[in-house]
Amino acid sequence: MNPESLAQLSNMAIYSSMLTLAMAMVAFAASFANGQRRSALVVAQESTMSAGGTAVLTKQKSKPTEEPGRRAANIGLSLTWLAFILLLAGVVLRGIWAGRAPWGNMYEFSITAALGILGVYLFMNLRVDLRWLGLFIVIPVLLTLGMAVTVLYTEAAQLVPALKSYWLVIHVLAAIICSGAFTLAAATAGLSLIRDRAERKLPPGTSPTGPLSSRIPDAERLRTITNRVLAFAFPLWTFAVVAGAIWAENAWGRYWGWDPKETWAFITWVVYAAYLHARSTAGWRKNKASWIALAGWVVFLINYFGVNFLASSLHSYAGVSS
Amino acid sequence: MSALPPISNSGLLRWAWRQLTSMKTALILLFLLALASIPGSLLPQRGIDPIKVRAYITENPTWGPILDRLGFFDGYSSPWFSAVYLLLFVSLIGCVLPRVGVHYRAMRSAPPRAPRMLQRMAGTRSLEVTGSTDEVLLTAQASLRAARWRVVTGPQEDPSWVAAEKGYLRETGNLIFHLSLLVVLVSIAVGGLFGWKGNVIVREGSGFSNTLTQYDAWGGGRFVNAENLAPFSFTLDKFTADFERGTVQRGAPRAFEAEVSFRPDPSAAVQHALIEVNEPLVIDGAKVFLVGHGYAPRIKVTDKTGAVVFDDAVPFLPQDGNFTSTGVVKIPDSTPALGIQGLFLPTAALDAVRGPHSIFPSPDDPALFMSAWKGDLGLDSGTPQSVYRLVTDKMEQIGLEQLKPGESWTLPDGSGTVRFEGYERWASFQIAADPGKEFALFAAAAAILGLMMSLFIRRRRVWVKVLERDGVTVVQLAGIMRTSTFEDDDIGVLAEDLDLVEHALAAAGLVRAEAPPEEES
Repeated sequence: MNPESLAQLSNMAIYSSMLTLAMAMVAFAASFANGQRRSALVVAQESTMSAGGTAVLTKQKSKPTEEPGRRAANIGLSLTWLAFILLLAGVVLRGIWAGRAPWGNMYEFSITAALGILGVYLFMNLRVDLRWLGLFIVIPVLLTLGMAVTVLYTEAAQLVPALKSYWLVIHVLAAIICSGAFTLAAATAGLSLIRDRAERKLPPGTSPTGPLSSRIPDAERLRTITNRVLAFAFPLWTFAVVAGAIWAENAWGRYWGWDPKETWAFITWVVYAAYLHARSTAGWRKNKASWIALAGWVVFLINYFGVNFLASSLHSYAGVSS
Repeated sequence: MSALPPISNSGLLRWAWRQLTSMKTALILLFLLALASIPGSLLPQRGIDPIKVRAYITENPTWGPILDRLGFFDGYSSPWFSAVYLLLFVSLIGCVLPRVGVHYRAMRSAPPRAPRMLQRMAGTRSLEVTGSTDEVLLTAQASLRAARWRVVTGPQEDPSWVAAEKGYLRETGNLIFHLSLLVVLVSIAVGGLFGWKGNVIVREGSGFSNTLTQYDAWGGGRFVNAENLAPFSFTLDKFTADFERGTVQRGAPRAFEAEVSFRPDPSAAVQHALIEVNEPLVIDGAKVFLVGHGYAPRIKVTDKTGAVVFDDAVPFLPQDGNFTSTGVVKIPDSTPALGIQGLFLPTAALDAVRGPHSIFPSPDDPALFMSAWKGDLGLDSGTPQSVYRLVTDKMEQIGLEQLKPGESWTLPDGSGTVRFEGYERWASFQIAADPGKEFALFAAAAAILGLMMSLFIRRRRVWVKVLERDGVTVVQLAGIMRTSTFEDDDIGVLAEDLDLVEHALAAAGLVRAEAPPEEES
């Protein structure tokens, strides 16, 4: 097969994946909207009845016996699997086209990071039911892919000599899996804060009724998931940083040089270390820990976007023509 | 709110120490460390690019000197950064060292006896059993031992229970992780004190021997004997560079290769090696890295009498990705003294906006643009001068010219002839030795291992207790998590542990039925 058609195939796979993800997003959103419609229906019934002249004092129980929107969530999950497979094909074809690991510039990092986020989510979902999280995974993935195909797109090219090393595969692969785990943890940490707020407004023993907070697990469960994901990601991120240091020693003659990319990777590491400490510090293990998990993700994003575009760094491999 | 410090000095110290080694302080210091790392990534740093620092201070005459005084241009060796990480490590030592002793004793001590009220624990279960107490407890013990639990049995006078504990390695891992971080810090310090690093430009065909005078720049730690470096030497036989010729990322580097012949010491046989990016040459504990390259135009100058006053290849420094390179030639020996500012273009182009510049890094169409000066080069004034800059204060410009290889330029004032003979390539090498790096790597690997142990292993206790209830023998199973963070799915882990014992009892044919939970008395 000639390179041009490989390139076209790769791009087509990625566009199809985005389309599938957009549909998955609609399905996941519908699974939430379904719940909302239900409560709207209840309100409508109540108002009709009161309009009839009799005040209805018995409030209908808002917790349904059968979870509404489950079908929509299942459709969303199936579509997410399909999108994952299409994206995987797109990334692999890109690698074949370039004749190397498809991690040579920002476009390639971004499509692989999107793949990483979906991969970590779907893998986790095999073990714990995370359908309720789908919407909050699909949205950042779509944004990443959208940015990749519009702003960051670059034709495949050979690597600069500094990137020609097997450490590219090891170091970048670890960082990409971490990007997936950090994103997932940020989503669950954010949701735990929302749910925690809703829970605190209510008397103990009752569950929130809001369209969002009634559809997600309770705050403690969300914090547990965040903790599990980050307990997996933190050693991996440590490994990614150490692998980067070994590579830097081999390529540039020093294993640590406070290059902006290294510095922000270090800051990311310190913030997530603070998260793990907060989890075992009295008075910090709930919302404060969740905020730290969110801060870690923001620092990670600064490292990914800010340093690649703004700072003059040895890691400026964006390859985006200005 | 914490209690007010006591009045006495020793009490105050103890209070301060307790505060410093508390988890909350560690958290705050971690935040401070993250915060203190930021300025160094936003402002230029002396350790990375001293020229940028100077430019920044010149451009910001008010803030520049203030930031400089506060150490912002040496961010990672500044007092405030050092203070944060040293406090963090003191806090770490104060927190971790006592725990080593505690953990050592815990590992040697037996799990405690079964509590009286097992039924109060989460996930507890009771089973009616058939066999004798001994049989039941032996089976439970065997199953726990097989799954590598530490098991103790009740004493002679009360042989009705078995206690077991597992997951001691969680704390072991935690301690290994934190102590490894200390070793990493020490390794970095060792590298700083005993390591050295130098840069040198070597032209094709030229040699280098590892002595201080041969380096263009050299820096070493306090305990490095600079007079006694490893006596290796090498010659750059050939340098090749390849650049992207396609339309995508045109001009981006694709391969650099330096072929060298080297000797570990002057009496050793010559060996050959290929140095590439990512493929340094290791000689005698030092590593030779290929970090850059450029062109050295060969220039021959004859004075008005026809005598050759200069004939050498002069390394020019690349200014952009297409290797538009600048350099100077100083000829103090001719009369009058001559100076040439040159611009070497591997693939020359000339336009009104950018002037002469190179449009591709390979030497497809090389040209040398020159400006010739005569007068006082200022070399005798005693002030050190850069070999890449011509001080033209006391000089007079003779003229401008552009040459292709092999062309000559007769200086318009008749003071001589300049001939552009051709060009050579040069490669720049960074040569470094860091005796701490192997320790750092080892410690980092240990840290990751310890981290995984401390995050994935869960320490828990299980009790098996046999009691008579209304003439029926009942066995009670219960467990607790022994981790500082209790997650709600830890219940699942405990349930699996209790399943293990229950299945073993069932497999031995000892279980009759599930017993109703005991009423609390």
